[in-house]
Amino acid sequence: MIPGAFDYHSPRTLDEALSLLQKHAGEAKILAGGQSLIPAMRFRLAMPPILVDINRLDDLRYVEERGDHLAIGAMTREHALEDSQVVRSSYPLLHDTARVIADPLVRNQATVGGNIAHADPANDHPATMLAYHATVIAKGPSGERKIPIDDFFTGLFENAMKEDEILTEIRIPKPGANSGGAYTKLERKVGDYAISAAAVQLRLDGGTIAEARIGLTNVSAVPMRARAAEAELLGKSVSDAVIEAAGKAAAGECDPSPDLRGTIEYKRDMTRVMVKRSIHKAIARAKGGN
Amino acid sequence: MPQLEDRKEHHSELAEGVSARVSTTDQVQIKTPAKICGMGHRKKRKEDPRFIQGKGNYVDDVKLPGMLYMDIVRSPYAHAKIKSIDASAALEMEGVVAVITGEDLKAAGNLHWMPTLMSDTQMVLPIDKVVYYAQEVCAVIATSRYVAADAIEQVFVDYEPLDAVVDPFEALKDEVIVRDDKEKKTNHIWHWEAGDKAATDAVLKDAATVVKEKLYIPRIHVSSIETCGMVANYNKAREHMQIYMTSQAPHAHRTVFALVSGLPEHKIQIISPDIGGGFGGKVPVYPGYVICAVASLVTGKPVKWIEDRSENLQADSFARDYHIEAEMAANEDGKITGLRVKTLSDCGAADAAANPSKFPAGLYSICTGSYDMKAAHIEVDGVYTTKPPGGVAYRCSFRVTEAVHMIERMTDIMAHQLGEDPADFRLKNFIRPDQFPYKSPTGWEYDSGNYEGALKKAMEMIDYRALRQEQKEMRAKGELMGIGISSFTEVVGAGPSKDYDILGIKMFDSAEIRIHPTGKAMARFGTKSQGQGHETTYAQIIAEELGLPSDDIEVEEGDTDTAPYGLGTYASRSTPTAGAAAAMAARKIKAKAKKIAAHLLEVGEEDLEWNVDRFQVKGSPDQAKTIQEIAFAAYTNHPQGMEAGLEAVDYYDPPNLTFPFGSYICVVDIDKGTGEVKIRRFVAVDDCGHIINPMIVEGQIHGGLTMGLAPAMYEEIVYDENGQNLSGTFADYLLPTAVESPKWELGKTITPSPHHPIGAKGVGESPTVGAPPAIANAVVDALWHLGVRHIDIPITPQKVWKLLRDNGVTD
Repeated sequence: MIPGAFDYHSPRTLDEALSLLQKHAGEAKILAGGQSLIPAMRFRLAMPPILVDINRLDDLRYVEERGDHLAIGAMTREHALEDSQVVRSSYPLLHDTARVIADPLVRNQATVGGNIAHADPANDHPATMLAYHATVIAKGPSGERKIPIDDFFTGLFENAMKEDEILTEIRIPKPGANSGGAYTKLERKVGDYAISAAAVQLRLDGGTIAEARIGLTNVSAVPMRARAAEAELLGKSVSDAVIEAAGKAAAGECDPSPDLRGTIEYKRDMTRVMVKRSIHKAIARAKGGN
Repeated sequence: MPQLEDRKEHHSELAEGVSARVSTTDQVQIKTPAKICGMGHRKKRKEDPRFIQGKGNYVDDVKLPGMLYMDIVRSPYAHAKIKSIDASAALEMEGVVAVITGEDLKAAGNLHWMPTLMSDTQMVLPIDKVVYYAQEVCAVIATSRYVAADAIEQVFVDYEPLDAVVDPFEALKDEVIVRDDKEKKTNHIWHWEAGDKAATDAVLKDAATVVKEKLYIPRIHVSSIETCGMVANYNKAREHMQIYMTSQAPHAHRTVFALVSGLPEHKIQIISPDIGGGFGGKVPVYPGYVICAVASLVTGKPVKWIEDRSENLQADSFARDYHIEAEMAANEDGKITGLRVKTLSDCGAADAAANPSKFPAGLYSICTGSYDMKAAHIEVDGVYTTKPPGGVAYRCSFRVTEAVHMIERMTDIMAHQLGEDPADFRLKNFIRPDQFPYKSPTGWEYDSGNYEGALKKAMEMIDYRALRQEQKEMRAKGELMGIGISSFTEVVGAGPSKDYDILGIKMFDSAEIRIHPTGKAMARFGTKSQGQGHETTYAQIIAEELGLPSDDIEVEEGDTDTAPYGLGTYASRSTPTAGAAAAMAARKIKAKAKKIAAHLLEVGEEDLEWNVDRFQVKGSPDQAKTIQEIAFAAYTNHPQGMEAGLEAVDYYDPPNLTFPFGSYICVVDIDKGTGEVKIRRFVAVDDCGHIINPMIVEGQIHGGLTMGLAPAMYEEIVYDENGQNLSGTFADYLLPTAVESPKWELGKTITPSPHHPIGAKGVGESPTVGAPPAIANAVVDALWHLGVRHIDIPITPQKVWKLLRDNGVTD
């Protein structure tokens, strides 16, 4: 559990960090909360020659509503989401998610930007941000660009950012009236990755599901939306049968790998159960419940 | 009936009539005032201030001048020939001092093999082949820990993979021979039996009801927070080897080192400093220790070796791994009449268990448990597989956990099969209080017990009858709720010298007490605390006996140069053996103190009586000498002809084992969608005889219950078909945390051991032994009506889900 040798930089400004990335292109790895990178380095699964530690970039720590969206600075610690009043009151899907990421020790250090940029389908934020239809802000030498979340995850541990870019912010559209969301996660114990988890964000129009987006955790090689499940919901009146159909669709379209968390069969069925439970909760919340 | 006041004063008397009926209470006995703080006081642990402040001294805290560091190259295969080892690139690296291979150890005096505690042999470093994944292949010694870690990646080993044999039933076919170093080309190691086969066969043949079940008690790992490690410091000028080592048994390890290495035993000092958990995992000698010591011998410098977490999880001794087939018989009245058990013990690549020599399956034959039955017969076979050697106890007394899990599961299966309430069925079948001392059909003499007392108390605490009513109502609504009971009998305190030894060394233990002129004392023991709180517990025993405030007694263990010889701490043996020795040594001191008091008070010894902390003249309590006054006189004014000083040593050979027991009740709710089991309540009533420190006992029970929950629901070492460990980190070897642990509700009964000098029995392991079947029984109880008869631990959501879906339950 002894990492290989590496050089370490700790820039004080975003520009300094960006220039370090440019200077050490192909060699530098960004260190945010370190909750994935440090274990990988200790196992020598990752041996980056240069670390650019961006923990001093305090400007990237904020959670606040700005106009039509919630802006989350990339270096915001997960526990800050748990504690945020606006997240708690207006973004229940995000609040659900923040409370079940790993354990409190990890959440004190882990960052929202790191969780997303790592593009690990086992992480919790990718599914949630897919369900929220979030936007990722990336800054590089040539300035800032917006990446829609649907385009962000390009492969296992791969994202749409360039090597010289830094993820600076995540924007979540403000949910409209009659909206609700929920995240339900099944894990073997606290701190484990999900056996399966489902993020659901939807909007009701009367008794009809007018909008629905569903993200799934740890049941595919790349963070995925459950589009077939969404299709089962859209335009339908709320009923147990419709919700069951959505759950089954998600179970069918996910693509889990067998491991100690479970067989493919188990993970598919748990995806069905998680999706159903999240939909039920999201609908209850859309109707004004908790 | 003998009460505790009748404590026998001498070994010779204790050895006779060792068992007797004793009465049960639920009141902790306190005889000393708070300032003395003897037995029964809730004294805060004396060791905690240094631990809480981070001022403990663990092996990894030891830093010696010029110290080198060791790291180990480990096998990526479970079974492979070693064609060559090329260490030249590593040796060229700056800071690399040496690379030690099996050939080097062979040249150093055939140190490439070592004996196990079970008189088997185990490779230290291989020459021809490796026999388990993560096996030690060679070691790099370097000037820094980082260089050592970099250098092991520059050692190139050419392997020729061989077929692994992971399943012990496959191993019995002898198609792949694990130990081709042995004369007999078979994986079968030993066969062991207990009980009466003919009588048992007859009982089963004539039984009204027989239930049969296969149970697997999976391979698990103790996962102590501190991994294993050593600092070996060989001084060539003195020809002296000083070793700091994570050892639960420093004296036994010193003797083993002397026998294996040829170094004279007086030139070896083993210091076991603060230890961060042992649970049996720090009883065996691992290859890393031997290599580290040799590295210091070779380099003439101190060498440190500290395992990392994955090495600890993947290569150090496992626990359990018992494949059991059990049959239980009952008559028309629902009385248990017999038990027949066949078991396969998967030993891995060497029988490196830590059992007493005569007991290859440990104390497994205690498996008739708390129930009176006519006959029982147990057979166990040990078998080699290409997995790491073992197995150690995991916080239990030599395979008692396996025994208890089997008997408590079978008892529940029988109760359900007969349509009887599991609690009532147990109450009907318990060994009754008036049957003690009880001779079991497998030959044990249970010293004392009151099983119905403990179960009734647990039933009252949890309101058992109301829970059964609630279960009926919930079931009618389709909800799954279960209630599980475990009424276990432990057997600890090994042990009497006629039966118990480790590598020939009898399993006594020792205490040495020296009282200084100012009335303060130093007490040293042959045991070694790893978190049990010995510094407090032993001081309270001595305080009880001598009236010295327990704060005035410094307890020291773990240094073989200063402590009296003892067999160490495991199997809940410290209080039954060394705790008894403390009381006996104190009584020797007290006998001398009486002579000094008589001299000082100018009366005859027969005119004196003991009162808490002093000898006083009968009928004239003002005429008294306190223990402190007597201690001062022992050095300043002792009687002519008497040796000066006030000290004693005692090597205590217990006349019998002790038999702690308890009844646990667990209530679970099952999620029909996911298969998750939620423990709603867990009541634990323990009886460990007289309680020395209730706070420490409660802490032990909390820890033990959590380590019972762990294998019941979370922990398992998993291998793939090639023998690769799939659970070699805490990401996949799941330790429960505070989040997973239910609120433990504790109760107690007190049935003193009739043969132990202070009536204590030992407690550290009872809850680990007793908890798993309570949980498993609760889960099966919730599912029995669906047709479920058994579920193997760990009870994961997926296993329950499968049972639910197979039986048509979903959400």
